Amino acid sequence: MAIDFLYPQYEVIRNPQRCISCRACERQCANGVHHYDVDFGCMMSDESKCVACHRCVSLCPTRALKIVKTDHTFKENANWTGKAISEVYRQAGTGGVLLSSMGNPEPYPIYWDKLLINASQVTNPSIDPLREPMETRTTLGAKPQAIERDKDGNLVDNMPPQLTLNIPVMFSAMSYGSISYNAHASLARAATALGTYYNTGEGGLHQDFYQYGPHTIVQVASGRFGVHPDYLNAGAAVEIKMGQGAKPGIGGHLPGIKVGADISRTRMIPEGTDAISPAPHHDIYSIEDLRQLVYSIKEATHYKKPVIVKIAAVHNVAAIASGIARSGADIIAIDGFRGGTGAAPTRIRDNVGIPIELALAAVDQRLREEGIRDRVSIVIGGSVRNSADLVKAIALGADAVYIATAALLALGCHLCRSCQTGKCNWGIATQRPELVKRLNPDIGEKRLINLLTSWDHELKEMMGGMGINSIEALRGNRLMLRGIGLTQKELDILGVKHAGE
Amino acid sequence: MKKVYVNEKWCLGCHLCEYYCAFANSGKSSMIKALKDHHIVPRIRIEERGNISFAVSCRHCTDPLCVKSCISGALSIVDGAVFIDSDKCVGCCSCIMSCPYGALSHNENGVIQKCELCQKNEFGVPLCVQGCPNKAIVYEER
Amino acid sequence: MLKEGQIHIPSGCAISGIFSKSGRRVSGDAIIRSIAPMHDRSNGLGGGFAGYGIYPQYADSYAFHLFYDTPEARKACETYLEGFFDVVSYEKIPTRRIPSITHEPMIWRYFLSPKKTVLEESQLDEKEYVVQRVLHVNAQIEGAFVFSSGKNMGVFKAVGFPEDVGEFYRLDEYAGYSWTAHGRYPTNTPGWWGGAHPFALLDCTVVHNGEISSYDANRRFIEMFGYACTLKTDTEAITYIIDYLVRKRGLTLEETAGVIAAPFWSTIAAMPEPQRTRAAYLRNAFSSLLINGPFSILVGFDGGMMALNDRLKLRSMVVGEKDDMVYFASEECAIRVISPELDRIWSPGGGQPVVVTLEPEAAKRLGIQLKGGEA
Repeated sequence: MAIDFLYPQYEVIRNPQRCISCRACERQCANGVHHYDVDFGCMMSDESKCVACHRCVSLCPTRALKIVKTDHTFKENANWTGKAISEVYRQAGTGGVLLSSMGNPEPYPIYWDKLLINASQVTNPSIDPLREPMETRTTLGAKPQAIERDKDGNLVDNMPPQLTLNIPVMFSAMSYGSISYNAHASLARAATALGTYYNTGEGGLHQDFYQYGPHTIVQVASGRFGVHPDYLNAGAAVEIKMGQGAKPGIGGHLPGIKVGADISRTRMIPEGTDAISPAPHHDIYSIEDLRQLVYSIKEATHYKKPVIVKIAAVHNVAAIASGIARSGADIIAIDGFRGGTGAAPTRIRDNVGIPIELALAAVDQRLREEGIRDRVSIVIGGSVRNSADLVKAIALGADAVYIATAALLALGCHLCRSCQTGKCNWGIATQRPELVKRLNPDIGEKRLINLLTSWDHELKEMMGGMGINSIEALRGNRLMLRGIGLTQKELDILGVKHAGE
Repeated sequence: MKKVYVNEKWCLGCHLCEYYCAFANSGKSSMIKALKDHHIVPRIRIEERGNISFAVSCRHCTDPLCVKSCISGALSIVDGAVFIDSDKCVGCCSCIMSCPYGALSHNENGVIQKCELCQKNEFGVPLCVQGCPNKAIVYEER
Repeated sequence: MLKEGQIHIPSGCAISGIFSKSGRRVSGDAIIRSIAPMHDRSNGLGGGFAGYGIYPQYADSYAFHLFYDTPEARKACETYLEGFFDVVSYEKIPTRRIPSITHEPMIWRYFLSPKKTVLEESQLDEKEYVVQRVLHVNAQIEGAFVFSSGKNMGVFKAVGFPEDVGEFYRLDEYAGYSWTAHGRYPTNTPGWWGGAHPFALLDCTVVHNGEISSYDANRRFIEMFGYACTLKTDTEAITYIIDYLVRKRGLTLEETAGVIAAPFWSTIAAMPEPQRTRAAYLRNAFSSLLINGPFSILVGFDGGMMALNDRLKLRSMVVGEKDDMVYFASEECAIRVISPELDRIWSPGGGQPVVVTLEPEAAKRLGIQLKGGEA
């Protein structure tokens, strides 16, 4: 056997005094870490297989387990870190592209954490959301560019199609294929109950979920999987996916092993074949081509559905967004470099794109400078982690946010970042029936509703503190933000003053 | 009345219900004390083959065959639930043979045991339901 | 210390308004007496007035009132204005020397008619042409500030208590059918004359009591349409918003109120049709112009006045009526002091606009084309 250069990253610590050998850990680990040793009469583990997903830890009835980072170390080196060395070993061993999942984990600045929120004192009353109305409902879509009146002088309702959100948070695109049927069911049901939207991602819409159409955004991506007229008309809006924050500039790849009968039918591809999304849309090589696709979709949906164009936050995002705003799109979705994914080349995930906070600030300001901000709504994602990030995003200029990682966490995801293996122990990023059933949508729906309900409460508390009782009065209200520990350049891009100013 | 129901669609075959059941009826203050180095004899059992699994426990039938077959009057219906008086049980196994679900069994002392919805122990609500990670076992009115 | 225009300054205030529906001209003395009892609502850092129908002899000219910091500023501004307007008349605005008003800038007024050929070349409508000149002076000419620019109306404002400001400007020598007044209580400024209320653009004047929490959302939106919020005060932003909605987008005043103090969605849902669709449309179409936080405003315009509270009514405002007169004020005392007996007095609900306009006959007599809204 060849030398294995890689030492396991984690250690499974089992407290023998607590373990009752119920073997739940063994039964629940799809990676085969745990087993009961008859000779020793106790549980044993093979930590080389552990991905630190914590399924065993969460289910252990006596809390006998914990997963710790190994303290096995290379000789200390600030440049050649253990991670850098291990990656070389891995590539030298396999000859392949390094793959990872979920969002960029590298220690780049998180601007959300360098922004502080205002509150009213004396000159302006703060508002108690428990006693006064507090509105977090928002509508997305282009606003009418001219007032029209009928012959009697009454206003004509010439409002372009809109999406109405009871809370300015939507569930971001995750395809059926990258996540499971039960994950989709949870998202669809929660979005419906909450009065917001979930997004099909690029894998089409399962027949069972057409009933949630009024709360569904259907996506059209470069692979055009599962796209047909009924699909386009089934949702409340259509999203054209040009890019994704986790992997700007590249396409996607759902391995054939995940393309079972159901996914094959939903994606309209043969069972067992790889589903490969090209890097670009091959009918969009420039902005004028995008305009054609936008209007093709509008034609197909009879101008009744807003069209969203989703892009990754890249260097010249402001100029790109300006072009999109003029392409007929109703909503621009921007995905930051911390956005998640079911699988991406590690180098791309960790090095391509820019933070969403800066992208949002630049796009919002650019569209205002061009006087076209009310032609489009802005939705941002990647990554909004909590209600404070949400407040800051809206104050920077977003109309609403997309969440996906936070939603998956609510469903049980522990961010082990091993989605690409298809062995998700939480029943989320997997198509294996015995794993998929681990996510009961009755539980998933409830947890998603809980999450957003609690965010909504917190959002209202923070708005009330600022003396704001309607979300639109917070949108783009950058005076409500101050920077902390930022350079003048960063403050200029974010369009905020420093704390104390 | 509320009863324990099982939905095999969501059963993961983790067997935790068996351990919670054994603990609930052990009279011990902690699961570790109750079950460490101990062969469990639970009143709920997972039946499984391949990827299909489900838990089996007493259904508290409205017209229970076990009660009819009991020769010593140990089994009785109280408020719709079937209970056993272990002092009266003579261990004849008639109930085991008459139950079409296999929901009764011997305990370690040779006396018959069955699910009593945890109403006779300190928990008051079925611990198998609380311990099920996927709501495959529920305690509800139907 | 940063001055007005360099920083966003919140302030509390007193406001008062008098309107004669029959177009009877009332002396400026009345509005001074009305605002005076609310002395404690201001702190001596700003007071001002707007009067309508006060320049009948120049009714067809735009009356520009200007503050100059330096003679150079005046020269630069006059040179600029002469490129766009024929100057019908100009003079120093007469003032009375009183001890409590000091550090006054140079205060001038000009009666201007747009130069026909330049106006035609610009391809703008006349009002937009005038607005662009005002915005240019205020944003680009250092030390010059246009604080009044409508026809047959004028704004008078200064740093000081409002009753002193009225005396300083000799308002007892003016008479108009409509007056508004303002006493200011800014919280962190040494006070600047241009920062006092009313804030005006063309014939639209705004006096405002409150602090809007939506300021930056409103400002960043309205600046898309050529407005530059150089003063960084709430009132300036409100004035531009009203100008944008009424003049540029053609909304009525009631519709404008439905934007800036939009009803709650729950209220809209309970409305009968077609009001529901209309209210939802307005709120949705101009959602960034919803003004949030406490405010009570009086909007003066040619031939009318609108009073409006924020939708939660976080600032006081009462309205009184006596014969052809309508009175508005932060406190009832400001009305009773000039009209002890009233036919009716009430406190309008949050977000409920009260619009009064000249009777048609009076409007005709004064040559005013009424816009928007019924009384």
